[in-house]
Amino acid sequence: MSVKKLSKESLLNWVDEIISTKKKVYGVQKHKDKTDRFEFAPLDSTADLRLDYDVTVLPPKKYFQPPTETLVAFDLKGGYKAACDTEKFIVIGIHPYDMIAINQMDELFQKDNYDSHYMTRRNNATIIACDVATASKDIFASSMKTATVKKGYDILLTDIGNGYVAEAATKKGQLLLDKAKTEKASDADIKARQAVWENNEKNLNKHPLNCQPSEVSELLEKAYNHPVWEEKAKTCFSCGSCNQVCPTCYCFNVHDDMNWDLKSGDRKRTWDGCLLDGFTKVAPDHEFRAKKSDRFRHRLYRKGKYVPSKIGGQIACVGCGRCIGACLPDIANPVKVYNRLLEDTSAVKK
Amino acid sequence: MCECCGQDKDIYLPQLATVNKARMMNGTELYLNLSMDAEPLDYKPGQFVEVSIPGFGEAPISISSSPTQKGYFELVVRKIGNVTSMIHKLKIGDKIGIRGPFGNGCYPIEEAKGKNLVFICGGIGLVPQRSFINYVLDNRSDYGNITVLLGTKCHTQRFFHSELRQWSQRSDIRLLETVDEKDDCWQGNVGVVTTLIPKIESELGSAFTFICGPPVMYKFVIMALAEENVSRDRIFVNLERKMKCGVGKCGHCQINNFYVCVDGPVFRCSELAVAPEAI
Ligand SMILES: Cc1cc2nc3c(=O)[nH]c(=O)nc-3n(C[C@H](O)[C@H](O)[C@H](O)COP(=O)(O)OP(=O)(O)OC[C@H]3O[C@@H](n4cnc5c(N)ncnc54)[C@H](O)[C@@H]3O)c2cc1C
Ligand code: SF4
Ligand code: SF4
Ligand code: FES
Repeated sequence: MSVKKLSKESLLNWVDEIISTKKKVYGVQKHKDKTDRFEFAPLDSTADLRLDYDVTVLPPKKYFQPPTETLVAFDLKGGYKAACDTEKFIVIGIHPYDMIAINQMDELFQKDNYDSHYMTRRNNATIIACDVATASKDIFASSMKTATVKKGYDILLTDIGNGYVAEAATKKGQLLLDKAKTEKASDADIKARQAVWENNEKNLNKHPLNCQPSEVSELLEKAYNHPVWEEKAKTCFSCGSCNQVCPTCYCFNVHDDMNWDLKSGDRKRTWDGCLLDGFTKVAPDHEFRAKKSDRFRHRLYRKGKYVPSKIGGQIACVGCGRCIGACLPDIANPVKVYNRLLEDTSAVKK
Repeated sequence: MCECCGQDKDIYLPQLATVNKARMMNGTELYLNLSMDAEPLDYKPGQFVEVSIPGFGEAPISISSSPTQKGYFELVVRKIGNVTSMIHKLKIGDKIGIRGPFGNGCYPIEEAKGKNLVFICGGIGLVPQRSFINYVLDNRSDYGNITVLLGTKCHTQRFFHSELRQWSQRSDIRLLETVDEKDDCWQGNVGVVTTLIPKIESELGSAFTFICGPPVMYKFVIMALAEENVSRDRIFVNLERKMKCGVGKCGHCQINNFYVCVDGPVFRCSELAVAPEAI
């Protein structure tokens, strides 16, 4: 599929047209409450779209795995019906690191037991990704090799200053891009895009990791009893914010919600977090990961070792930096922990 | 097939089953005999199901019957919280939602052939073990000596009385029982289940051993077996963790790199060397 160029004006006209279709359209814009920050939200007006954003408060995973969703509707007589969210939608402005997180979730939700709830939403989505134009204060995507992305999106936009380079990666994306007023991207445009990529691959790196992301799994092999887990977790509030804001956290709880008729209801899944006290608590009263340090360690092992082993070795931290900003005691930064372990290989005991 | 996603089945959708029999076995354990309304349950010893009570949720429960028993399956449920309390209200003829069977980690049916087998059960830990014990009894000539060690807190908490009596009367299976608390009505052994290990008569070194019981029990039993030179690749443990999905997605049952719901619930002890959280 060919690479196109859109002027800034034709991009706006194109988004106008996308909004005017009946489909649900979500895009990055200023956060309604936290006005110095950004969020993915329903896009009512093209003027609100901010492709120059740094990072959103919550990742776009909320459109694929919503904070709350119905899995099964039931009635008390014992009837069960699978819920199915069939609405088609478009998301504009997903950054490469978030796209890579979605690619990982796609693999995890499809694998072994196919999760049709996640996958139906995923298949109904059209994703217009965009390269990072402004680095956020905590991003370390360069370290995680997630500063650029090659798959998962339908269209990728890159701001090259005098307009956008747009490349469709799917038929769905091509059909949508055909509606825009575009010209063929020139060699200079393609070069300018390449320069953006190269720059991002180097400079989205506020917290440089001192090893290759692929080496973290092996590093963790020898670090299970390292003092860093206790040290860091001492000040942990077990608030779970690091889980909630993370694009690669997907653990969930399931609970039943009765309707007002008291005859029917919904079985729902909601976001959960392995840092929360009670995550592993069973009846009558036993908690398997009762210590804060055990839960703190579990999250960083999941990102660095457990999930990677299920998705071909890719590290399950995409370097968005959200957990760093969300953590009050400032202990959640994965790079700080991994770098500390690297420095301390001598103090490491198995 | 679902029209919107094209999938054959929704992994979260319970299928209906009918209660054939329901009776209390002691003060806390309910015995259920169930049949699926549509497709029969095609399971292996060691697997479990998610039992669904609309409005309350689901609970993972081991299948206690052996797949050699056709047309029905059996569960034993201890009343302990929300869902299990509602399960206890079920009566004959009631409908109930079932998902599963789940768990790829089952008893090593093939590998254990020709070997002596030792089942070490603490209380309700007998429930899943019973599935394989009865499977072995129904394929008796395939296996060596069978010894079942059963420890119960107090004799009033024993269950499957008539089946235990039958086992103790058979010559091709040896049942040794003990209770933790001494009592005038109990004439048998007193002490924790590990005190029975020295009484096993068959050669332990080459036997396959299976442990299931409350979380605190495992360490002691494994230590006692180590003293008898049982190597860890012949020790199998049945692990329990909090579960929500049963299908390897929700993360609740994770033990280091394993999901109990898909990689277990039966694990070979030597494979857990990389999972310090396990025991
Ligand atoms: C593989 C497996 C097999 C099991 N087999 C049996 C059995 O044969 N008989 C039996 O009586 N019990 C069995 N249990 C334990 C049983 O699942 C719990 O007692 C039950 O889930 C408690 O649910 P509740 O709603 O009554 O309790 P609540 O405290 O109200 O629990 C709420 C929810 O938390 C989760 N949960 C709480 N405790 C446990 C637990 N111990 N294990 C897993 N999830 C839990 C469940 O999703 C439950 O619905 C098994 C557990 C596992 C993991
Ligand atoms: S662990 Fe932190 S930096 Fe890594 S992906 Fe999750 S929120 Fe982003
Ligand atoms: S955000 Fe920080 S304080 Fe809260 S659970 Fe995570 S590590 Fe602990
Ligand atoms: S119960 Fe959800 S992952 Fe095992």
